[in-house]
Amino acid sequence: MKSSNNKKQLLTGNEAAAEAAILAGCRYYYGYPITPQNELVNHMAIRMPQVGGTFLQAESEIAAIYMAYGSAAAGARVMTSSSSPGISLMQEGISYLAGSELPCVIVNMQRGGPGLGDISPSQADYFQAVKGGGHGDYRTIVLAPASVQEIADLVYDAFDLADRYRNPVMLLGDAQLGQMMEPVELKKIPRTQQTPRWAVTGAEGRARNIIKSFYPVKGELEAFNIRLQRKYKVVEQKEVRYEEVNTERAEIILVAYGTCARICKEALRRISGTGLQIGLLRPISLWPFPKEPLRRLAKKAKAFCVVEMSSGQMLEDVKLAVLNRCPVHFYGRMGGGVPSSKEVIKKVLNILAPEESTLELEMSEISQELGKGLYFSTIP
Amino acid sequence: MIERMILIGYGGQGMMLFGRLLARVAMLDGKQVTFFPSYGTEVRGGAACYHLIVSTEEIFSPVVEEADTIIVMNQPSYLKLKNYLMPSSHLFLNSSLVKEAESFGEVKNIYRIPATEIANELGNVVASNMVMMGAYNTVKNLVPLPLFLDCLKSSLSGRKAPLFEINKLALLRGKEYVKKVYLKGEKTLEVSVV
Repeated sequence: MKSSNNKKQLLTGNEAAAEAAILAGCRYYYGYPITPQNELVNHMAIRMPQVGGTFLQAESEIAAIYMAYGSAAAGARVMTSSSSPGISLMQEGISYLAGSELPCVIVNMQRGGPGLGDISPSQADYFQAVKGGGHGDYRTIVLAPASVQEIADLVYDAFDLADRYRNPVMLLGDAQLGQMMEPVELKKIPRTQQTPRWAVTGAEGRARNIIKSFYPVKGELEAFNIRLQRKYKVVEQKEVRYEEVNTERAEIILVAYGTCARICKEALRRISGTGLQIGLLRPISLWPFPKEPLRRLAKKAKAFCVVEMSSGQMLEDVKLAVLNRCPVHFYGRMGGGVPSSKEVIKKVLNILAPEESTLELEMSEISQELGKGLYFSTIP
Repeated sequence: MIERMILIGYGGQGMMLFGRLLARVAMLDGKQVTFFPSYGTEVRGGAACYHLIVSTEEIFSPVVEEADTIIVMNQPSYLKLKNYLMPSSHLFLNSSLVKEAESFGEVKNIYRIPATEIANELGNVVASNMVMMGAYNTVKNLVPLPLFLDCLKSSLSGRKAPLFEINKLALLRGKEYVKKVYLKGEKTLEVSVV
């Protein structure tokens, strides 16, 4: 075991995202500081000059996303990152990237909201990431890592997916994943970007390329939209990613991504040996969403329970996938609250023996936890 | 084997360096590691709470719910430690700054280390974190001390290099103290220090 750790570095999730991007051939990074993703900006500021890349601290997140748009149009692998409020500012640009079919990797280390919120972990940007916070009929491929190693692996893959589908890809992490340190092995092959044929690089000796999202002639925009939707269908067929734990015989299947999935695994570990049959489905791609696996599991399971750091956003996608084949329960914490594995177990027990009303249970637990002041609030 | 630790103190008391070093050394020692710093919006003087998990198995939740070890550097942190306490927890208190107001009846393993005073005697109050490290690792033997010292040395490079000696000294003083006061007659692992 000792030898396997030789190649590992101890990195924060934010640093791992930066290193993986560099490994994937990204040489352009534009960003604006915001906690809890500052280590990413900081790391890029150090590393980009070392690898002959460009680091630019933009005047705002809006500027950063359009700088990324420019580099992407010129055919370069480019990344930007922020946390929730900053990602909100980028939404128009993300719609433009999708509308111009430009590859770009965007990292969102979610923090508590709405508004300025706080700097604690949250998963309340799910709707914005998955349903498209910008305007128009577009989709963003959304990947949700659950460890620092997976951040590195998925950022690398995100560049390939962005290029393959000429579409923005979002890595959806949270304050916990961004700031915590774990051993990482950067095991993938370093890449150098080849300028794609469609890039705008000066049209000398060839027909000009046009990058635009504007189709004023009647009918052209609809035809373009139809083509986009066809592309999204292919993504939905080919790019679904998920992990299943103990789903074979499970009566209750937890559904959680990112940090919450780690906490659910802890809950599974704690109850192993008690005879309770609990499983976990962890979506890794949030769009495309693993609908089929959920449908398959709905034939056998007694119930699902979605665990999120939100008021129940992915819950809606789980319900859409399962329809009414199976009851779907929910346990969530909001505004920087992180569920504990004990809370998850209590919820599961409550589903199995629902004497108390669920709402009461949730509320009493939340107030208990608040009383303990456990959750990342500043200790006075 | 799993060791779930909470390190709490003021920003500036070196709990971040302590935790990062311990995490790095444990990683180099072949263990799985998750280190989560949770800090307030302020830094120096603000509250700093670190969750460190070291395990030979895959680590699931990165959040420590019950701690095997709690290291408490100051009074406000002392008031928070109950959240993580189990009867089997090992509690290390910086007795220079912590005024104990409660008895944790069921908790057997409480170590009161005057870390700030010891570091002050050595001439640098900032080394109190290494006094605690010396005491902690002597009791729990989480990582090999020579490897820890190697990593400490490499983390104090450049203009910080002269700080290595005082940190090493602080570590040894913490080790001596806990042995003298708490581990009399108990067999502890002797590690020769380079």
